[in-house]
Amino acid sequence: MKTVYADNAATTALCDEALEVMVECLRDNYGNASSMHHSGQAAAEVVAQAREDIAKCIGADANEIYFTSGGTESDNWAITNAARLGAKKGKKHIISTTFEHHAVLHTLMKLEKEGFEVTYLDVHEDGYVRVDELEKAIKEETCLVTIMYANNEIGTVQPVEEIGRICKEKGIYFHTDAVQAVGHLPIDVKAQNIDMLSFSAHKFHGPKGIGALYCRKGLPLIGFMQGGAQERNKRPGTTNTPAIAATAAALKKSCAEMDKNIHYVSAMRDRLIDEIVKIIPRTRVNGGRSPRLPGNVSFCFEGIEGESLLLYLDLKGICGSSGSACTSGSLDPSHVLLALGLPHEIAHGSLRLSLSEYNTNDEIDYIIEQLPLVVARLRDMSPVWEKLMKGEN
Amino acid sequence: MAYSAKVMDHFENPRNLGKMENADGVGEVGNAKCGDIMKIYLKIEDGIIADVKFNTFGCASAIATSSMATEMIKGQKVEDALKLSNKAVVEALDGLPPAKIHCSVLAEQAVKAALADYYTKNGIELDPEIFGGSCGGHCDSCESCGIEG
Repeated sequence: MKTVYADNAATTALCDEALEVMVECLRDNYGNASSMHHSGQAAAEVVAQAREDIAKCIGADANEIYFTSGGTESDNWAITNAARLGAKKGKKHIISTTFEHHAVLHTLMKLEKEGFEVTYLDVHEDGYVRVDELEKAIKEETCLVTIMYANNEIGTVQPVEEIGRICKEKGIYFHTDAVQAVGHLPIDVKAQNIDMLSFSAHKFHGPKGIGALYCRKGLPLIGFMQGGAQERNKRPGTTNTPAIAATAAALKKSCAEMDKNIHYVSAMRDRLIDEIVKIIPRTRVNGGRSPRLPGNVSFCFEGIEGESLLLYLDLKGICGSSGSACTSGSLDPSHVLLALGLPHEIAHGSLRLSLSEYNTNDEIDYIIEQLPLVVARLRDMSPVWEKLMKGEN
Repeated sequence: MAYSAKVMDHFENPRNLGKMENADGVGEVGNAKCGDIMKIYLKIEDGIIADVKFNTFGCASAIATSSMATEMIKGQKVEDALKLSNKAVVEALDGLPPAKIHCSVLAEQAVKAALADYYTKNGIELDPEIFGGSCGGHCDSCESCGIEG
């Protein structure tokens, strides 16, 4: 059976360029980038070049990039840092949204317990923050606005540039969790007035366990671990040369081919959405159609449950994901779908298919052929669907 | 979280799947808000479960536990089917992940609800010792949505 990998928002396949440079670093360029001898300096050079390349891809300077273990660490670090800076000035109010990643939401919850006040902006039925609502939420004590660049489950792209402009005018730090956006959408942190930005390499065909925090020059960044002078004294731990080099290789490639990829991937996305909505009755597309991540497809199918849908698709070789309670390990379906105002019974029937430039139109055809069969099979055995058809609900 | 081979087998090839016309007993438990509903249909002849069908809305383990429960009671005497426990269903499936144990509880309750319906239709009084309270196990382990039904 062939594998149709349509879970690129979860993680992506490593690209050859990243793999090659990674193996080279592991095998030949194994020195510690902090060592003074030539072996260490060779590694340090690779890291310096990678930092420069990565910075360029998002419009930053090399000394504004801090390597971390990934998006979660970057989010935790950026938000906690801005909160500490705010607290020093007596500013303990933060603005975010209801559908952030848990790396952001749980960090905010922790800060709330420490006495911070957080306003969670509504993302409405279509999954977009309203800029006027952000402006109204800003107070004298607001120290930070943290709003994701694009949502990981429903793909909606937020008005980052406008948010950046407002935050700059008001002198409020602006952090964005851009884990789903970097390498997929054009980003310019200077033009967009982004103070801090988190990203993770494995979302753009780089390796897992590596990411970075961009932190604007002049914004004081306080480290949260002790033990070494790496990352300009901000983030100790032996420099992960192979992963850093691979991140740069993957990001350079993603950015060089971005226009082509956006065009190719979003055409597959739109065809998949249009066809499925046409073929499968009582299907909902989650999140507005535009602006949307090129690869994100998110549906709710009435009358069925997402985990069984996911596993039946898996039996056909198709890898997707679901925000149903059963896949989240809790009793509630995904907080993102609930944030859109979807009732629990509909949110349970969610399916996310996330595409990349590695997918082919033949694979989309295969999904369009198989998905309706799987949904029909589950609906045929569903007492909920039976009631819906009888008009009892 | 991974399912046993038996769970996957019953999920992939559910036994006794379907609806039944003129069933002697029908039981439905769970609710859509929690993400699980099981409906069991019984054909009872001479005190024996001659045929059983099920329909389920839910995750893989909800489908697998329904399938296994129906297989375990088919051909059994009504009194014996009443003794079906969720634990026995879990064991027959070579275990369930801890978060999915409630599916087996639902399967047990669905069988009981179908038998209760059979008894009621035949004017037999329900033993509260066996059939429990009026809730019938709806959303047994679901604290998030309150009890419905």
